[in-house]
Amino acid sequence: MQGALAVRGLSKSFRSQPAVRDVTLEIAPGELVTLLGPSGCGKTTLLRLVAGFERPDAGTLTISGRDVTAVPPHKRPVNTVFQHYALFPHRDVAGNVGFGLEMRGLAAAEIERKVAQALALVRLEGFGARAVSELSGGQKQRVALARALVLEPELLLLDEPMAALDPKLRHEMQVELKNLQERVGITFLFVTHDQHEALLLSDRIAVMSQGRIEQVDAPEALYEKPRTRFVADFLGVQNLLRGTVGELSGGIARVVTEGGLVIAAQDDGGYRKGAPVCIGLRAERISLVERAANVLEGAIDDEIFLGDWTEWRVRTGGSVLSVGEGNVLARDRRRGDSVTLSFPPEAVLRLEDGGAAA
Amino acid sequence: MRREARLAVVLLAPSLLLLVALFYLPQLLLLAVSFGHRSAYGGVERALSLENYARALEPMYLAILGRSLGLAAFSTLACLLVGFPFAWWLARRVPARSRSALLALVVLPFWTSFLVRMYAWIVLLRSEGLVNLALVALGLPRVELLYNDFAVLVGQVYGELPFMIVPLYVSLEKLDGALVEAAADLGASPARAFWSVVVPQTLPGIAAGCLLVFIPSLGAFLAPDLLGGGRTTYIGNLIQNQFAVARDMPFGAALSFVLSLLVVVLLLVFRRPLKAAQEL
Repeated sequence: MQGALAVRGLSKSFRSQPAVRDVTLEIAPGELVTLLGPSGCGKTTLLRLVAGFERPDAGTLTISGRDVTAVPPHKRPVNTVFQHYALFPHRDVAGNVGFGLEMRGLAAAEIERKVAQALALVRLEGFGARAVSELSGGQKQRVALARALVLEPELLLLDEPMAALDPKLRHEMQVELKNLQERVGITFLFVTHDQHEALLLSDRIAVMSQGRIEQVDAPEALYEKPRTRFVADFLGVQNLLRGTVGELSGGIARVVTEGGLVIAAQDDGGYRKGAPVCIGLRAERISLVERAANVLEGAIDDEIFLGDWTEWRVRTGGSVLSVGEGNVLARDRRRGDSVTLSFPPEAVLRLEDGGAAA
Repeated sequence: MRREARLAVVLLAPSLLLLVALFYLPQLLLLAVSFGHRSAYGGVERALSLENYARALEPMYLAILGRSLGLAAFSTLACLLVGFPFAWWLARRVPARSRSALLALVVLPFWTSFLVRMYAWIVLLRSEGLVNLALVALGLPRVELLYNDFAVLVGQVYGELPFMIVPLYVSLEKLDGALVEAAADLGASPARAFWSVVVPQTLPGIAAGCLLVFIPSLGAFLAPDLLGGGRTTYIGNLIQNQFAVARDMPFGAALSFVLSLLVVVLLLVFRRPLKAAQEL
């Protein structure tokens, strides 16, 4: 159970404004779990509750099988990498990394040895005597990582650690962090609002909205099978349509959308005839040429050039659908051109519509 | 560059003129006086002698200087102990929108003259004062609060406290809360987080506040006169006496310079934290 985190029924409000509502989440030892969501969704508050900076109004927190709900932060077996690193400006790099070891009362020689090890782990050998102000953003982040990891926490919390880095460096650090986590084998709880970062790093992703966890799943499962309209929208499903379930036959559900389209969806058993339903469709799953179960006639309304691929906005019936086409295969199309759209029933996602999304 | 230099002269001229006319020239005059003799009727005879300085360093006067240092040190420490929790509360607990109003309340006493405020303390502390009336009403014995060193310390702390609170507030407001959380996260108890993060991070404010309280307290003469009842002489009273009562201007001037020199030495000693304070 070393490194396991169990959150049960956790709630926290600020001035009667709920930030985290009845959250339950189990994390296995050695797992890297991401809390993903837009700003204000409660992900940072949840992380701060785990760190101990906030006291929950209700619920319990268990780390490695021990109830820590009432334990103050300095006595929890948890360390944090802060969003802006929170390095101590009055201490040099070694002084920062060694801070926690000093608090534990270790001997100077032991501290020196462990600090050198931790700096080597984040590839900052020989940086011990540098002032914090002399470091680049990426180096600061590594120092913050070393400072937390040197204490060998049972659980490492990371609060948007990549947010302050430029995009190229961010990608490098993401790959490095993933490798580091696999090497040290510590449980990571990672907060981000960046879906690509979450998909790249995580064993599992918990998508949060309005203080609640909407869905917890492995990246592939979450990407392929978002359960709610909010999750689909947040993970970039471009086409979200509301409609009513029509005929159900042969494993296919026919959905009549508000725009008047009839779309064949693979029936996963969740469609109820005559019931309102929300469906999602990824732009890259729609083909502009081949004939398949769903064939829609439309006209190109707009074009969004995205480099590798082009997103065509196609008006069909009363709806406008986003259709992705790789630029290798792209034809010369113009606004107003008539096109035929097709996609298989498996491409249609049935979504719970909590009304949380825009 | 030449335009900038001209602009600098224009911008600096008023303050330079004021400083030269009202500070440096009088100081030079005073320096000249300090080397002179007192004439029979309280005037100044010009001379170039160090006798006043030799007298200022006699054990009796050194003892007075020592007592003044003690008063200044105690006032500074008391202001720090009273001011720090208040500044912490103001900078880190009070919502931002109420802070400036509360800070204005801290500075509000300056709208009344120091003299009047010292008289107000007499009203509070005297044997028929509010404090003693309250004690009597509670069935407790009267306490002699006025005309002793305690009253002098109360007056000094009361008068100088805003000078401590304001710089402390500025540096505490700038203190990044994440640093305190990081310390706790790394295993520091609240007390250790305070000493190993909060104090080093707010040292500029602490240094500035301490100097702003210490230096005026060193030359204090009003509080000792009014609240101490003149029973204990501090260096400020001694200097004031030479000019106003004893009519020994040369000796008073020499004492002033000894005091100024002491302040300069202290400034040199605390040069490094003060340099940090300038970045505030």
